[in-house]
Amino acid sequence: MSIRAPRKGENYELSVDLNSEYRDKRKDAIKRVIASMTVGKDVSGLFPDVLKNMQTDDLEQKKLVYLYLMNYAKTQPELVILAVNTFVKDSEDPNPLVRALAIRTMGCLRAEKIIDYLCDPLQRALRDDNPYVRKTAALCVAKLYDLKPELVIENGFLDQLRDMISDSNPMVVANTVAALTDIHISATSNQPSDSTSDPAVFSITSAILNKLLIALNECSEWGRVAILNALARYDATDDKESEHICERVVPQFQHVNGSVVLAAMKVIMIHIRHVRRDDLVKQLIRKMAPPLVTLLSSPPEVQWVALRNINLLLQKRSDLLSNEMRVFFCKYNDPLYVKIEKLDIMVRLASDSNVDALLSELKEYSSEVDVDFVRKSIKAIGQTAILIESAAERCVNVLLELINTRVSYVVQEAVVVMKDIFRKYPSTYEGVIPTLCANLEELDEPEAKTSLIWIIGEYADKIDNADELLGIFVDSFIEESYQVQLQTLTAVVKLFLKKPDSSQGVVQRVIAIHHDVRDRAYIYWRLLSTDPGAAKAVVLAHRPPISIPRTTVSPALLEELLGEISSLASVYHKPAETFVGHGRVGADSVQRKGSEISDAQKALQTVVAGQQAENLLDFGDDSAQDGQPSGLAATQILPSTPAAANFLSGTSANPLDDLVSIFGGMETMDTGAGSLSTALSPTVTSLSSPFEGFGGSSAPPSQPAQNAQPQEDLLGLF
Amino acid sequence: MASLIAILDLKGKPLIQRSYKDDVPSSYIERFLPLVLDIEEEGQQVTPCFSSQGINYMHIRHSNLYILALSKRNSNAAEIIIFLHRLAQVLMEYFKELEEESIRDNFVIIYELMDEMMDFGFPQTTESKILQEYITQESHKLEIQARPPMAVTNAVSWRTEGIRYRKNEVFLDVVESVNLLVNSNGNVVRSEILGAVKMKCYLSGMPELRLGLNDKVMFESTGRTARGKAIEMEDVKFHQCVRLSRFENDRTISFIPPDGEFELMSYRLSTPVKPLIWVEAAVESHKGSRVEYMVKCKAQFKRRSSANNVEIYVPVPDDADSPKFRASTGSVQYAPDKSAFVWKIKQLGGGREYLMRAHFGLPSVKSEQDMEKRAPISVKFEIPYFTVSGIQVRYLKIVEKSGYQALPWVRYITQNGDDYSLRTALEKGSTPIVQQM
Repeated sequence: MSIRAPRKGENYELSVDLNSEYRDKRKDAIKRVIASMTVGKDVSGLFPDVLKNMQTDDLEQKKLVYLYLMNYAKTQPELVILAVNTFVKDSEDPNPLVRALAIRTMGCLRAEKIIDYLCDPLQRALRDDNPYVRKTAALCVAKLYDLKPELVIENGFLDQLRDMISDSNPMVVANTVAALTDIHISATSNQPSDSTSDPAVFSITSAILNKLLIALNECSEWGRVAILNALARYDATDDKESEHICERVVPQFQHVNGSVVLAAMKVIMIHIRHVRRDDLVKQLIRKMAPPLVTLLSSPPEVQWVALRNINLLLQKRSDLLSNEMRVFFCKYNDPLYVKIEKLDIMVRLASDSNVDALLSELKEYSSEVDVDFVRKSIKAIGQTAILIESAAERCVNVLLELINTRVSYVVQEAVVVMKDIFRKYPSTYEGVIPTLCANLEELDEPEAKTSLIWIIGEYADKIDNADELLGIFVDSFIEESYQVQLQTLTAVVKLFLKKPDSSQGVVQRVIAIHHDVRDRAYIYWRLLSTDPGAAKAVVLAHRPPISIPRTTVSPALLEELLGEISSLASVYHKPAETFVGHGRVGADSVQRKGSEISDAQKALQTVVAGQQAENLLDFGDDSAQDGQPSGLAATQILPSTPAAANFLSGTSANPLDDLVSIFGGMETMDTGAGSLSTALSPTVTSLSSPFEGFGGSSAPPSQPAQNAQPQEDLLGLF
Repeated sequence: MASLIAILDLKGKPLIQRSYKDDVPSSYIERFLPLVLDIEEEGQQVTPCFSSQGINYMHIRHSNLYILALSKRNSNAAEIIIFLHRLAQVLMEYFKELEEESIRDNFVIIYELMDEMMDFGFPQTTESKILQEYITQESHKLEIQARPPMAVTNAVSWRTEGIRYRKNEVFLDVVESVNLLVNSNGNVVRSEILGAVKMKCYLSGMPELRLGLNDKVMFESTGRTARGKAIEMEDVKFHQCVRLSRFENDRTISFIPPDGEFELMSYRLSTPVKPLIWVEAAVESHKGSRVEYMVKCKAQFKRRSSANNVEIYVPVPDDADSPKFRASTGSVQYAPDKSAFVWKIKQLGGGREYLMRAHFGLPSVKSEQDMEKRAPISVKFEIPYFTVSGIQVRYLKIVEKSGYQALPWVRYITQNGDDYSLRTALEKGSTPIVQQM
């Protein structure tokens, strides 16, 4: 007897009842034990007492004891051995329910001691004449592999599973496929990264393919998902076979279970790559649209998963839902996470023909209560303006109406959006500027302020009282956040260059505290004092207009994600390696997938596609527009353009924006390049790797050795 | 593939949990709600799936519960989320309601169900009718041990053999739900019909059924011409009993039905729908004292039909008080919890038009947040013996080897969907929002 707890308390009472001579009392005690377990109390001390009740004809009681064992087997490994006899006996019970239960539970115990006793019963169960037992046994092989792979191999369970793909019962086939796939995944992720051999646990041959295609139509919904997943892994031998697979899988679009539909989409997206018949491709794409739309009538969580996948599908096939924009209109009661995804897709589907409906809808959203949603809707109006040139004016009109509501956050967001419209269509909507400036007092967010300041600076020559307006910001200069300071500084210099007579006073009033701001002030000052012409060429250089990319992930990543439709990767829009902790192996598997880009660059692209890097990308776009890939573009960030949603936020808020414009100027003229790059180096080096490409267009940033001296000069100038 | 499934209360405390794979320790369940709160604090959206430190959290909300699945792998998110919904549905069918109390009272059976519905992270049987055959609240009362029903693994996994009825009958309900959105200028911005064919099946043996609809695609493919109207269903979804490949080939809907009640198929049409019940409201608000509404409702369908149990929800400001109503028909109630008043009309005849007026007081002191909520007017209704799409059941053939005769009964009904809304409550004097084009 092991040491017992004191003879009082709840556990003592339970142990007495568990040993009671009355059946009902014992069963009731087991229930109470499980109840305690459920609420998180430790009842592991009752292990031997509970175990005594394992041999019973009462199925419910048996299940409860098994449940208890599953929970505590790990904490009492030496006692589990006592249960083995009953398990083995149960696995030969005449009732298939009991046989299956024993096999299923033994696989879940995860205790070393019991594992060795599992093999014989499992061997029998795999050959059981009841399909219910066989389907349970199939999964049990995967459980065993998870614990002790060598046991599975020694006992030939893998071969047995492969044979079971031909089982007469579709449910057994489905679970067999699931088990093999699971083992295959563990085998490929556990093998040492230097070994090149594919363990080929589950390689799908064309013979297996046919069996799967037959079972697909007969098995339960979840079985279909497992089989479709296996079909997605099959490498078709020729285009005829790809066509055949697509044709056989397409009927699954009509299944009521959304995960079957999405799994079928995945198979189609993979095998359609090899389909050469154009009419079939068209037909398949046409058939994809209705079931996708129907998924939007599911519960919100399912809708969200569907929307994230639709977003990906649209990046590959922009024509997929071209006539269906209206179904993405937000419902008043949609949860916010659904609304935001819908907004993104609506903008993606915007075209000349539907832009009016879109705008009136976006305007409606802009007057809703939820601030986040309102802001995103206003951003969407801006994106629409940038995407569809012919609708830009209508967008601007809607924005003006919104500004007239004088609701603070609406005005601020609209100002930010207007700035981007100015960047896209320079000198087109100058008539709007007075309205924007009239709301200057309302702005209290840095982003909105910088946007307005940028507009004032850029159009300083067209605004009569530009010096007054900027004066307001100069007055409060010290209290402003530093991105506002930077923008004010730049705007003031622009103003000076455009209207030197009236604004000299303003320029001299700008006093910088923050080091970045001060450094920039020095640069400008030096430029202005040595060569105003050069300053003009740099500061007022022509900037190529911006554009919104149609994709948010790189083409290679997009292909990878499309092959994983309905998985978490496709929902997050990130490769699995970034959120699944495989370490080195993960990186290896990327190469195995044959993607053409290296890991480092891939990681970079992920970062880029993420939230933080809008500004880098802005530059990428600009140079893309230029048609002359600069150093940065050469690092292949270019294809991985930013999320449309990220894109508009905070572009001008970052000093990089202006850095970029300076560099843009430098490419064309050499004046002062040396001193500039010196002064800039602290900022540039802090951005490190992504900018290494800059070396191509300018001198590699050297340490600012001469910094001290120019500083004196500059101070003298003040 | 889920490693662990748990049901949590709103405070994030697990009520019941089941681990399916060892790779995610159950301690991660407790991290779920703090993570949710962190995300909310950062002003981000809590999405149904998110990942933190290598663990993926996938969850759904069900009334006051979170149902959560954890996984370490790049799992099939769609499958898991749908499985969680299915789990909730099965528990609902077992206990009528799914809430903290019903979970505590039934933990034994929930463990049994969780054990049967998922194995090693793979969903297994999720049909509650089948589960009920061998997992019951009364199981221990049975003299004989339960056995796995044939149906669990049968090719026909939804029906057991040996069912007998003295009278063989089938009831078909064709239910169409209309979703529509009307803009403030009176245009229908979006509309769709979600149809469902629901069946109550009381048939003996293993009957083969074939359902014929006035499906346009089917008529076209077989080269026949329809008598009367044929409809074009945009997307059709079937219960798993329907043979999908046959439907794909020649649009035949053939199946062996489950016993009892089930949804045979659902379909969707996005043909433009005229608002069956039109509502508009003129609002006259005097800030700081009162607000008045004049609501007009019109039944825009044929005279021989009529809508039952019409409920019209008109939104009012949150702080409105002392309601006064006058209606030309039906009754009106203030529903402060919904920030709306409800105009209920028991029966609304086709072509009829009614008016009502409402008057509310407003507090003289305005709250800081002067943002007006612009919820749309929403309407609930039912129109029996009528379908908007014009769908018709042409025949239902029932063949069983014993050769009995069975009677099919068909019923049609049209009702509101979950989103029948009109943005037509307008300030008096203000022009409707004119489209800028």
